[in-house]
Amino acid sequence: MTGLISAIYYGMVAFVVVIMIHNLIRAKSWERELLYVIVLVPFLLRLLQLK
Amino acid sequence: MRLNGTQARKGVICLLGAALLVSSGAGFYRSRHWKEAVVLSPGVTEVRKLGDYFEGIRNTVNDCNLYFLRGRDPGATVLVLGGTHPEEPAGRLAAWLFAENAEIDQGTLIVVPSANRSATTVTRIGGAYPPFFSIPTSWGEQRFRMGDRWSNPLDQWPDPEVYIHYPSMQSLAYVDIRNLNRTWPGRPGGTLTEKTCHAFMELIRREKVDVFIDLHEAELQYPVISTIVAHENGQELATLVSMTLSDMEGFRIGTEFSPKNLHGLSHREVGDFSDAASLLFEAPEPFLDATRGRTTAEQLLTGKDEFVMKAGRHGLLFEKIDENGWPIEVRVGRHTSSVLQTLETWTEMNPGRPIVCRNVPRYAEVIRNGIGHYLRNPSLADPKRLFFE
Repeated sequence: MTGLISAIYYGMVAFVVVIMIHNLIRAKSWERELLYVIVLVPFLLRLLQLK
Repeated sequence: MRLNGTQARKGVICLLGAALLVSSGAGFYRSRHWKEAVVLSPGVTEVRKLGDYFEGIRNTVNDCNLYFLRGRDPGATVLVLGGTHPEEPAGRLAAWLFAENAEIDQGTLIVVPSANRSATTVTRIGGAYPPFFSIPTSWGEQRFRMGDRWSNPLDQWPDPEVYIHYPSMQSLAYVDIRNLNRTWPGRPGGTLTEKTCHAFMELIRREKVDVFIDLHEAELQYPVISTIVAHENGQELATLVSMTLSDMEGFRIGTEFSPKNLHGLSHREVGDFSDAASLLFEAPEPFLDATRGRTTAEQLLTGKDEFVMKAGRHGLLFEKIDENGWPIEVRVGRHTSSVLQTLETWTEMNPGRPIVCRNVPRYAEVIRNGIGHYLRNPSLADPKRLFFE
């Protein structure tokens, strides 16, 4: 059961990563771009199972 | 292809993000995968894996090393666990000193430096713990992972809202479902931490362990400190060990009885679910106190902390502390002497089933020579006698 929940969780993390990269590409101001990049880091660390 | 201004800006920002990701990720990767060397003592006759006793743990992060030291003559079997809570390093280091130095004449000693290996690969989330600490030796420094109290959430997740302990069905704190000292006796179909306890129970039953010892440290604001917690089947042994140590070795250690209604702890469940006399040793560790100052490797190793001392002046502590702190040598020495005294007292009480150990430093020797004096240089070791935690 916990394995299934973990798989769903990682799927959600991957989905959020894709959405943020999409928003990063579409962002117009450097402040928003910087914000997206900073927010992406912990999501990527989790997706890579580093933290 | 020429980049316009917006694309160039995005590229620079992404590069900054990548640098942040790589630098932080590399640190976390090192902390999770750092190899800690164990150079086997001549007394180690076999190295097994925990997975040899329960398939469900094989090839997982908690498939830890078990160092077997079998004497020439048969006798008692004693299991010593370090690293139930890796953030209590005196337990792991004491186990290291046994694995690298002990020689057994009679009986069998099984030493485990990393009982919860998963918990050695993470530090307290939000706790600003140092990822490593180092012990100085004559050949350089030996580096160890800092570790945490709980299994790494990367290995066991999610936590439940309430943790229902098996088989007592007692409600415990949710996070303690990842605490190796709240999941005894474990269960084969449970979480990683429960499976780890189940595997150790299988080891205890199959190897017919006579005495089980779990090495810990405690914050000074916690009443269970500087003591041996004993299951009722180990009370006489613990009391004699406590009296002898307090009389002969120059440090005070008490005895407490394992509460019958507090479940999941090794001193309760190992005694209830096996024939082993179950003991848990606690040494003082100011690093764990909530009132500590800077959370550094230096504080971890010296045990010096002016804020914990101030708490002591306000009567908030259950153990003394002064400007000398609680150095790691004192804490490790307490554990080595306590284990050695347990073996000696057991042998006196059970002359037909003895265990005789030598070449492990006692309290005064560890303080005088330092821990590093007893750690072996991995670069000079025979590769066949070199293992990693």
